This record gives sequence, C-alpha cells and structure tokens, in this order.
Amino acid sequence: MTPESVWQIALFTAASAVGATALVLVPGVAVAWALARGRFRGKAVVDTLVTLPMVVPPVATGLLLLWAVGPEGPAGPSLATLGIDVLFTWKAVVLAMAVMGFPLLVRTARAGFEQQTLRYEQIAETLGASRWRVFTTITLPLAARPIGAGALLAFARALGEFGATIVVAGSIPGRTRTLASGIYAFTETGQDRDAVLLLGVSVALAFGAVLVSNQLSERAR
Amino acid sequence: MKFSCDITLCLGTFQLEVADCCDVRALGLVGASGSGKTSLLELIAGLRAPDRGSIVIDGRVLVDRDAGVSVTTAHRRIAYVPQDALLFPHLTVRQNVDYGRQDRSVLSEAEIVSLLELDPLLPRGVGELSGGERQRVALARALFSAPCLLLLDEPLAAVDLPHRRRILEALIDVRDRLGVPMIYVAHAADEVRAIADRVLSLDRGRVVAAGPASTILM
Repeated sequence: MTPESVWQIALFTAASAVGATALVLVPGVAVAWALARGRFRGKAVVDTLVTLPMVVPPVATGLLLLWAVGPEGPAGPSLATLGIDVLFTWKAVVLAMAVMGFPLLVRTARAGFEQQTLRYEQIAETLGASRWRVFTTITLPLAARPIGAGALLAFARALGEFGATIVVAGSIPGRTRTLASGIYAFTETGQDRDAVLLLGVSVALAFGAVLVSNQLSERAR
Repeated sequence: MKFSCDITLCLGTFQLEVADCCDVRALGLVGASGSGKTSLLELIAGLRAPDRGSIVIDGRVLVDRDAGVSVTTAHRRIAYVPQDALLFPHLTVRQNVDYGRQDRSVLSEAEIVSLLELDPLLPRGVGELSGGERQRVALARALFSAPCLLLLDEPLAAVDLPHRRRILEALIDVRDRLGVPMIYVAHAADEVRAIADRVLSLDRGRVVAAGPASTILM
C-alpha cells in the first residue's frame, strides 16, 4: 500500500467521522436536554433507545440500518424518490458512524445539563427571559464543554466504528474503506505492515480526541 | 404590597405550610436554617410549585392550584437574589447586570451603579469578584429588571460591614423612594428590623410568630 493510500483512508475516515458528528450534534443536544430537563411519558423508553447502540452488537445495528435505508425499509422509498443511494456509499459510512456515536454525545451532554445549568436557568427566568433565550444564552454556553466533550467522544467512536459500517457500507477501497475496515482487510490478506500503519494512525487520532474530550469534561466540573 | 399566601409544599418528609395576609412595604422572614424560608421565596418566584393553595400579590394571582392558575416565572416580574448570588459565570459583570434590563426600570443605570458602587466592577469577569461584590452585582441585576417585587435571601451575608450599611440604606431607599416592595430573609435581626415592617418567623415549615418587626424581633 502506498503512503497516499494510508492518507486517503485516514482522511476519508476522519472526514466521515466529522460529518457523522455534525449530523448528530443538533439532535443529540436536543435529546440530551429533553432527557435532562423534560418530564414526559415514555422518557424511560427514549432513554433506553438512545443507549441501545452502545450495548447491541454493532453488526446488529448495521443490519437494522441496512433494513431501514434499504428498499423494504421505512426510509427506502423516500430515498429512492429523491434519487439518493445510501447503501455501500460514503453516506452509509457516515450514517453508521452517526448512529454509533449518538449515545456517547447524548450521555455526556445530558450529564452537563443535569449538573450545571438548572439554577442559573431559574435565575434567568426570574429576570424575565423566555425559555428560548434562557436556552441559548445560559443553558448552551454553560453546557458547551460537556457538549464538546460528548461530540469528541462521538467523533472518537466514529473513527473506530467497524461492525455497523461493514454491514451497510462494506469496505470498498477508495470508496468506503475506513481505518477500522482497512485494518481488518489488511490483516485478513496478510498485509500486516499496512495494517500496523493504519493501526498507528487510528490510535493517534483516537488518543487525541479522547484526551481533549477528557480535558473538556474535567474543566466542566 | 398586599401579600396573601396560603400554601402547602411537601418536600419529602419536610412540609411547608404558610398562611399570611398583610399590607406591607417589606416582609421579613426569619427562622433557623431548614425552616423553609428559601423554599417560600422559591414558591413566590415560581421556581417551585405548591402542592396546594394560592399566592396573591397586589390582587394578582400568581398561583392558585384549585383554579389551575400558575403565572410562569418569566412573567411574574419577581426578581430573586439568592444567597449565593448565582451570577452567570460565562458573562462579565456588565453582561450580568444587563441580562434582564428593562427600560421601565424605576432607577436609572447611573443611579443603580452609583448606589451599589459598581463602576469599577463592570468590566470584570465574575470569577474575579469577592463574595460581597458578587452580592452587589446580583442586587444590581435584579434592580435592572424593574421588578414588581424583590426577593432577597440573605443578600448581605457575604458583604463586609461598611458595604453592608451602605447597601442596607440603598435597599431602604429602593423600598421607600421607588416603592419596590421586598421580602427579606436574614439571620441578622438588625437587618430585618431595618428593612421589614412585618416579620414571619418560621420553624420547621410553619409560621410560629407573625407581627410587626419591633414586636417579633425584640
């Protein structure tokens, strides 16, 4: 494998992970806030559903996604109408990464909302601020570090995502091959040096993301 | 201020039951820690909902469980200065005092700034303030919001003696000259006596004495 191929795989994986993190950021923060503050029927079910991708085998999550965006699934007809191909494309890689990173973002951001912001929000309300103003000027800025920490954890999880990705996107060189699926493919075919190279890049990227995430969490306490 | 309150709040094993009706400029709340003073302020501010009863101020029903009425915290126009000031830590002092600013504020910015000696504090970050300075900023923030009622929970506890006297005089000025009524919680009897016309003494969630400050705080 050429150095260009290593960089191509690393860049593709990092770009997909960034895309996946961006995709889940807004819904993740919204769900985290709803779980931290909301009192609604079915909250326990939502909480459990959000956590599921962390505990269900990633391959099983991948199979569910395969069905969901496939021709027989709920999103299949709409995607077909719009002419969007997802399966075995970069979009499937991003989707799988997003689903697997979502619980980490939600759990970390939720902890931030629960720990830090409630009393400040109440004071802001006594000063006449609307709920939306409180959320944008008090809640979000005060929870910025936990949200950032959660986003970085989701990014790190996305970098290492394998099981769900291989099912919905495969490991097509130059198209859907990621660091994790590349390591697997090279190990399978005896290209140990290439596998070790990708392993090094994986560890370095994940180490940096988790390190910064931990520092953000530490400062938020 | 015509204040009428008949509420029950259950917090686990603690039960707060307060019933009082009075017409005062400032109401003092005294009692040992855990007697329910802060919970009562939070009920009036709308930060807690009572399990039963109603609170009416100057004929305006803030909450009435039987009638299903509950004015939201943001619409009550009741500013609350908690014991720990709770300045927004990500904002500067200037941004804090401006947060709830209303043009209809009875005091001009210059008056409030001068009253609480805030000028040198305005550009600072909240983390650079002493306990007393934080309380002065919290008071300014509350006054800028043009409240109909000011709830003060031990506002001078962390303030040094010279500032304490000056702020107390300023609060009396706010009460009398500007007609902003207040409910004042403090452990120091002299503070409550200086501010409040009437005092409620609470013990384990119940009113054990009520009457003029001069009588209750003898």
